[in-house]
Amino acid sequence: MKKHTKLPSIYLALLLILMYLPIIIVVVYSFNENKLTAIWSGFSLKWYEKLFQDKSLMEALKNSLMLGLFSCLNASVIGIIGAVGMARVDYKTKGVVEYLSMLPIMIPEIILGMVFLAFFSMLHLPFGMTTLVIAHTTFCIPYIYMMVKARLVGMDPSLLEAARDLGASEVRAFFDVTLPLIMPAVASGALLAFAMSFDDVVISVLVTNAKINTLPIKVFSRIKFGVSPEINALSTIMLSVTLMVILAIVGINKKTEGGKHL
Amino acid sequence: MKKKKLGLWLTVMPLYLFTLVFVVGPLIYMFVLSFCTRGDHYETVMTFTLDNYKKVAEPVYRNTFMESIKLAFTTTIITILLGYPFGYFMAKLSSSKKKIMMALIMVPFWTSSLVRMYGWSILLQSNGILDKILMGIGITQKPLKLLYTYPAVVSGMVYALLPFMMLAVYSSAEKMDWLLVEAARDLGASAWKAFWTVTWKMTLPGMMTGVVLTFVPSMGLFFVADILGGNKVPLVGNVIQEQLTKGRNWPFAAALSVILMIMTSLFIAIYRKVTGAKELEGLM
Amino acid sequence: MDTFILELNDLKKNFGKTEVLKGISLSVKQGEFITLLGSSGCGKTTMIRIIAGLEQPDSGSVILEGKDVTMLAPDKRDVNTVFQNYALFPHMDVFQNVAYGLKIRKIAKEEIKKRVMESLELVQLSEYVHRKPSQLSGGQKQRVAIARAIINNPKVLLLDEPLGALDLQLRRQMQHELKRLQKKLGITFIYITHDQEEAINMSDRIAVMKDGQFVQIGTPDEIYHNPKTSFAAMFVGNANIVRGTVEAIQNGVATVRIYYPDEQSGRAAEFKYTGTADVKLVESNQIQVGDAIAAAVRSENIVLGQEMGLCALVKEKSFAGGLSRLTLQLPDGKEIIASCHGMDWAAEEGQFVAIGWNPNDAIIVKDEP
Repeated sequence: MKKHTKLPSIYLALLLILMYLPIIIVVVYSFNENKLTAIWSGFSLKWYEKLFQDKSLMEALKNSLMLGLFSCLNASVIGIIGAVGMARVDYKTKGVVEYLSMLPIMIPEIILGMVFLAFFSMLHLPFGMTTLVIAHTTFCIPYIYMMVKARLVGMDPSLLEAARDLGASEVRAFFDVTLPLIMPAVASGALLAFAMSFDDVVISVLVTNAKINTLPIKVFSRIKFGVSPEINALSTIMLSVTLMVILAIVGINKKTEGGKHL
Repeated sequence: MKKKKLGLWLTVMPLYLFTLVFVVGPLIYMFVLSFCTRGDHYETVMTFTLDNYKKVAEPVYRNTFMESIKLAFTTTIITILLGYPFGYFMAKLSSSKKKIMMALIMVPFWTSSLVRMYGWSILLQSNGILDKILMGIGITQKPLKLLYTYPAVVSGMVYALLPFMMLAVYSSAEKMDWLLVEAARDLGASAWKAFWTVTWKMTLPGMMTGVVLTFVPSMGLFFVADILGGNKVPLVGNVIQEQLTKGRNWPFAAALSVILMIMTSLFIAIYRKVTGAKELEGLM
Repeated sequence: MDTFILELNDLKKNFGKTEVLKGISLSVKQGEFITLLGSSGCGKTTMIRIIAGLEQPDSGSVILEGKDVTMLAPDKRDVNTVFQNYALFPHMDVFQNVAYGLKIRKIAKEEIKKRVMESLELVQLSEYVHRKPSQLSGGQKQRVAIARAIINNPKVLLLDEPLGALDLQLRRQMQHELKRLQKKLGITFIYITHDQEEAINMSDRIAVMKDGQFVQIGTPDEIYHNPKTSFAAMFVGNANIVRGTVEAIQNGVATVRIYYPDEQSGRAAEFKYTGTADVKLVESNQIQVGDAIAAAVRSENIVLGQEMGLCALVKEKSFAGGLSRLTLQLPDGKEIIASCHGMDWAAEEGQFVAIGWNPNDAIIVKDEP
């Protein structure tokens, strides 16, 4: 028997506490009556009230949700059929294009923001939702593409052949067999992509105009100038949304795993 | 047969097209832009010049680059020191505990990095929580004034990027066959030697993935420096952002980006060489 | 002239530089059970993939009911496959898997339900309708795969080593069931296996395949008793191949020199038998004195006795499955296996014995290295 040491567990716990501490602080202070974080003067929901009355924040939230949704949709279509197609073609350019399409998540965000800003203004695209969606789609594709690709690699090729053998056309076989089997990968890729889009400041700040703000841009500009209790409330809400998304992913994984093992 | 080929081509076409127009196009444009001149009215003039690159070499900007690299290195090393043991210990837990740990890491990992930086800044505030705790225990006598300092920025970067390292190390340590370690021990290796010759070697690709995932973004996360460093710690990311928005000197911002891009590409190339990996292993 | 349901004409296929099929021709009658027998890598899987349309040949043609379907997509031909690894759709339950082919053909729901239940009954899986493939055993998965294929009433059913992953007992049971099913439905089966016992038990005809070519096509009986080549003899009949030169021909019997005793001078006297054995000739054998020939002699036809021309050393004696086996070594180093039922070999390991065979039991075959 090896000697049992508690040290690893203590280390794991300590680091986790450190990681949670800032998040907990934000949550706790969102219920603080006082405007200053240094002083706790009682439980209150007034910042939440203020938050929901804040038209510009609500507008930004709406923009962020729309942006995330559209970008994910675009990226899903391009990423899914791209990954499925790429698995079957043997073009010489395949490797290069795959690498290039992954670049947006490999290079620092600031560069991506910079090139989009310059490129869009060269094309005279009106800055706003369109440019935001294009930019976000670009960095959403890699997440979905990689997830789907990984799933496809693990898929038994004879399943598709069986569908074809039983009379399904190529397109039908895709919808009946490939798509349902890669769906968990698509879902987790899309959720990841959505989270990234919903979290992005660096790129969004550069490719939008003064009128269209996303939530992170709004939040950023407020906390840059110090503490704002409404942001505490907002962060808490965002956190609960995050938690729900995580639960959704855990649910998806459980469901697919269940199918494998039962 | 021909029809089939056309069908396949149609499936990859959107990806090809999108990548060409919105990834390659902008990058090429950035490259061209970096050799252009800024006109009198902040517009971009298409005259060839190397001035932008000469400007990058000026002490102010050179120092910024050096500072950024230094910060990225410091961040990465601290992240390894903290994150490697975490991933390693986590991989040794029982499978039910692993699942719980995974869920626990996921929450900060998925939480908006802005929110986390914001919480971090509250923690570090003068007379904030940290100060109160430290003064309460009696370690310090007066507020530390940690916010808006260099260590604050480093700590924020580490805090932002640590989950990537943890997960990257964990996923490669998790895949590892622990029987190999036992075999090494069985063949007479000491615990330390077994770790060094087996575990370390097997988890290196994962750790290198973690290094890429921390080093590369830490060069460009300007909001961390903004929120936690005030304006006292300017990084390449901040300079580029300023040149784009306030300075409106796009050609110069492009030149800075090209240099940054080359640096990160070199870094990734080294990573690939070292690990022989084609893709970032254990990313998802 | 018979009409054939399936004709393969000179199929050739290369993968890169390897020739996988080197000109395969075969005609299959309606309702026939044909087995492609060969070791792995002989091209049998490629061949049925070409019939199924999952692969296109480089040259040659596939004729299904008189129509050239060589280049037709797999969904456009009336051929179904039972895949080696079953290839059941993991996200569909048993019912949905079996119903898939009918659903594609847009058959009415009621009709689908009726036919699915019928075919599940046929493979004795009626209670498992709503299970997922992951909840089934290997044998059950196999039955689902079969039900899924036969429900479409294919002209030809292709089975790629369908029993390969099952244990011996289950395999025997499934062999019977498959044969029963085939007779009942009257569907033409093209069956791949590397198991000669399976081939002999089930097939109407066996096509022995080697290196992308057919070695021999015939009924199990023909191939077992009259192998045309040394490979077929070894693969199907587990026969010994003895090689030698014809020294004399008398009354339709050739005397074949297997080894020269004088070569062994200096070694034990026991080696010095004549070194010849007799082989019966049939009309088709155009053999003359001086020819080098190969003959197949099945292990159960090797006899030990006094009046034999060959001498051999008993290297190993074993007993398994009601069969005694002797591994014998001839003076030239070649090994011969002798077997008999029961345990009545009067020979011990390390002993020299005289061996031979009845000339009628030796069949001259085309030699293949």
